[in-house]
Amino acid sequence: MATLAKDFTEKVNGPVSAALLAGGIGCAAMGLITLIQEVNDKSAFAKSLVWNKGVGALSGKSMWAIIIFFVAWAILHYVWKDKETDFARISSIAIALLVVGLLGTFPPVWGLFK
Amino acid sequence: MEMNLRETWTVVHGMVFGFIFLLGFSGALYMIYSMKPQLLTAEGISKTVNGAKVYLWGLALSVWAAVFTGAWVVYPWYRAVPPDGTTDLTHFPKFLLLASESTAKWHEFGMEWKEHVAFLAPIAATVVAFVVSYYGPQLAKRVGERRAVMIFFIFAFVATAIAGMFGAFITKAAAVR
Repeated sequence: MATLAKDFTEKVNGPVSAALLAGGIGCAAMGLITLIQEVNDKSAFAKSLVWNKGVGALSGKSMWAIIIFFVAWAILHYVWKDKETDFARISSIAIALLVVGLLGTFPPVWGLFK
Repeated sequence: MEMNLRETWTVVHGMVFGFIFLLGFSGALYMIYSMKPQLLTAEGISKTVNGAKVYLWGLALSVWAAVFTGAWVVYPWYRAVPPDGTTDLTHFPKFLLLASESTAKWHEFGMEWKEHVAFLAPIAATVVAFVVSYYGPQLAKRVGERRAVMIFFIFAFVATAIAGMFGAFITKAAAVR
C-alpha cells in the first residue's frame, strides 16, 4: 500500500499535455503537407518532398510529419515538464489537430482546393 | 504454398505488423478504460498498468513497423513505372489499376488515402503509450487524461483500419507480385 500511495502522489500534467499536443501537431502536419502537395503536385515544394525516388513524395511528407512530431514533443516537453497545464484546453486543441490531419489526408478534400 | 520476396514483405507489412495492432487494440483499450478506482483494487490497477505499458509500447512499435515497411519496402514496388511498350501490367499494380475505369478508383481514392492516413496511427499510438507509462497507476484518478488517451487510441485504430482495409481490397484487385 505504501508503494501505491507513493504512485498516487500527484504528477504534473505538463509532460502529458506536451505529448498530446505534439501528437496533434504531427498529425496536422501530415494532413497539411499532404494537402499542399496534392493540390499542386508540380510545385517546387511538392518536388522537394521527393526524398527517395522509389517512395516518391510520400517519403518527404511522412518524414517531415515525423520530424515535426518529435521536435514539437521535445520542445513542449522541455517547456512544460515541471508545469501543471490547462489539460482540458490543450487536449481539445490536440484532438482538433487530429481531425485536421484526418481531413488533410482525405482525397475528396484535396479536390476542394484544386 | 510459395511466396516470392515481394509477397512475403507485403504479408509482413499488413498481416504481421498491421494485424498485430488491429488485433491488440480492443484489449489495450479495455485496459485503459478499466483503470478506474471503482472497477479495480489498487493492486489490480498496478498490475493492469504494468501490463498496459508493455502492451501499448509493443503495439506502437508494431504500427511504426507497419508504416515503414509499407512505405519504404512495399510501396516502391506498387508504384513502379512500367517500361515503354509494356502490355502486361501484372507487376505494376498502380498502373494496372489505372488502366481500367472500373479499378482506377482503387488507386485514386483507396491507395491515396491509405498511404497518407496510415502515418497518423503510429504518432497517436506513441502518445498513448507514453501517457500510460508516465502516469502509471495514477492514470486511474485522471478522468480527463484517460478519456483523451482513449480518443487518441481509437483514432490510431481508425487510421490503421482504413489503411488495412484498403490494403486488403487493393491487394485483391492488383497484388504486389
